[in-house]
Amino acid sequence: MNFQPLGSRPDPLLSVRDLTVEFGTKDGQTVHAVSGISFDVAMGETLGLVGESGCGKSTTSRAVMQLPPPTAGSVVFDGRELTSLSSLELRKTRTQLQMIFQDPVSSLNPRRSVEDIIAEPLATWSRGTPKERKAKVYELMEAVGLDGTVVGKRRRREFSGGQCQRISIARALALEPRMLICDEAVSALDVSVQAQILNLLQEMKQRFDLTVIFVAHDLAVVKRVSDRVAVMYLGKICEIAPADLLYAAPRHHYTAALLASIPQPDPTIRPGDVPVLSGEPPSPTDPPTGCRFRTRCPRAEDRCAAEVPELTEHSPGHLVACHFPLESSVAVDVLRRQTDADVLRL
Amino acid sequence: MLQQSELPVDANAADLVVAAFEAPDPVSSSRRSWWRMIPVAMCCLWLLLVIVGALFASRLPIQSPSAVKPIERLRGPSWKHWFGTDNLGRDLFARSVYGARVSLTVGVVSVVIGLVIGGAVGIVAGYLRGRTDEFISWVVDVLLSFPSLVLLIALVAYRGSGLTNICLALGFLGIPIYARLARAHAMTIGGEEFVLAARASGAGKLRILWREIMPNVLPTLSAYGLVSMSLAIVVEGSLSFLGLSVSVPTPSWGGLIAGGQSFIRQTPTWIILPSVVLCLTVLSLNVIGERLRRRFEVGSGG
Ligand SMILES: Nc1ncnc2c1ncn2[C@@H]1O[C@H](COP(=O)(O)OP(=O)(O)OP(=O)(O)O)[C@@H](O)[C@H]1O
Ligand code: SF4
Ligand SMILES: [Mg+2]
Repeated sequence: MNFQPLGSRPDPLLSVRDLTVEFGTKDGQTVHAVSGISFDVAMGETLGLVGESGCGKSTTSRAVMQLPPPTAGSVVFDGRELTSLSSLELRKTRTQLQMIFQDPVSSLNPRRSVEDIIAEPLATWSRGTPKERKAKVYELMEAVGLDGTVVGKRRRREFSGGQCQRISIARALALEPRMLICDEAVSALDVSVQAQILNLLQEMKQRFDLTVIFVAHDLAVVKRVSDRVAVMYLGKICEIAPADLLYAAPRHHYTAALLASIPQPDPTIRPGDVPVLSGEPPSPTDPPTGCRFRTRCPRAEDRCAAEVPELTEHSPGHLVACHFPLESSVAVDVLRRQTDADVLRL
Repeated sequence: MLQQSELPVDANAADLVVAAFEAPDPVSSSRRSWWRMIPVAMCCLWLLLVIVGALFASRLPIQSPSAVKPIERLRGPSWKHWFGTDNLGRDLFARSVYGARVSLTVGVVSVVIGLVIGGAVGIVAGYLRGRTDEFISWVVDVLLSFPSLVLLIALVAYRGSGLTNICLALGFLGIPIYARLARAHAMTIGGEEFVLAARASGAGKLRILWREIMPNVLPTLSAYGLVSMSLAIVVEGSLSFLGLSVSVPTPSWGGLIAGGQSFIRQTPTWIILPSVVLCLTVLSLNVIGERLRRRFEVGSGG
């Protein structure tokens, strides 16, 4: 297994190499949910993970947490290989690596009070006395903008989606983790609430010195919070680049198509300039040979069907898995227009 | 989700009663007006009466259940003897009140045995899945495939009748039913994200079973427990009727009804009044249990 840093990041807190997750279906087929992906997350960084629904984002996040452990591959967190830890060691390490889920409501136990829910991770590890735990819970609730003395005894049905997500965040922070994986943490919320929760996450990131993996299918949301972005398609990573670069100068055809599908307020971009995604992604039970995007790629050639494109560094920090990546000049062109668009938007 | 079809409970009558008071359209059920709660409130009141009677029978100002007065034998209801007297002149009202003790004891103890053991086994199977589940499910299937009445009579015939054995036997018969119910619920709950969140924060299996799964399965199990308590009471009554339950001098509802059958011509009230008491109790348990079950099913959503 090679452990060269990917994307010229020197000190990764998390290194994922050749992560593969497969599920068996009832009729004996195999779902190739995640197929050999590799990425690094540097200390203090926010890595965005985007892709269409069903491309394996959640599966990746869960495999990193070893919930369940991946079929193959390696996950190194803070120098420890998680896939080979004993179950107790793993449970201990997981406390450093917390997760926030897509459905804010179902991630809270309906029969327990909020106070109890946030204290649960602390109680699991017998951190402090019950009194100290309670103090800590109130502190956390305050940090996420809830008043413990008022709402502490309430159950989840008495909260809105946004409040539930605040509670989840407080719970995830209770053990003072070093890394937070947000799996579509704002997707289920109203736009105005999304902004609040995103701000809260940013604030918590600063305050608790967190390293974050931010999973979403909304490119605009990801752009706002991420330092680097990884784009996934059908269980593979297509492109990883610093956020500005990726949005300004995508080099993978899928990324370009995704970006083109964001509604642009800029009238100078004519439809047809950039290929727009058409059709449905193929089934992960029977992914295309070679490049998985070839069935929808405007540039696909024979080589794309024959050879799997490896994720390689095309320019410093910019990794692309494509045999015929978009030219930098095209990219620069897009960059120019995008900046214009940004200016217009401001 | 609920294995209702497995249950030998005669729940139809209760279903009808409940349905009768439930709002015809789902919209108005959310703003259920107070008078729709009357039947449930009355059922609660009745149960309360029965429970108080059973607990404090010896301190209530009622006649002795065992005082024999041959002169007053086979009387109909009167101010002195509300339910009349039996062929030995014993007060049937007092005997019915004391009979509640046997019936309630059988109901409560057998349900607790079934619920605790069956529930524990069921949530373990439903949450852990895999081999554990396969094994437990196999045992449960085997237990359920026995004809329960035959098993019950065999158990009683083998172990002897008597309150303890009746409770144990009925409790034992409930175990697989609760286990199934608990397993199905635990499976659903095990897939929820809050369980994943607990695992993510490092909680072990036991802790998750106890703190996350159990509190969500228990309300439904208890609601069903009330319904099956009524079943246990009916079965005890039937066993008494067949002479297979508590020995004769101790009054039990089934025993009272059985004793009255030879005198049905002279004093039909001997059979009718204890039967009414039994029916009302069974009905109340069903109505309340059913109402709770529905509430928890809806309530677990949000
Ligand atoms: N437990 C499972 N058993 C079988 N297939 C699964 C399982 N979990 C996920 N999959 C499949 O794996 C693929 C990736 O799923 P995943 O949930 O990771 O996608 P996602 O990118 O998170 O999508 P979304 O945006 O909808 O959350 C999907 O095709 C899904 O059907
Ligand atoms: S490898 Fe081929 S099919 Fe895949 S994105 Fe590049 S050009 Fe398109
Ligand atoms: Mg997902």
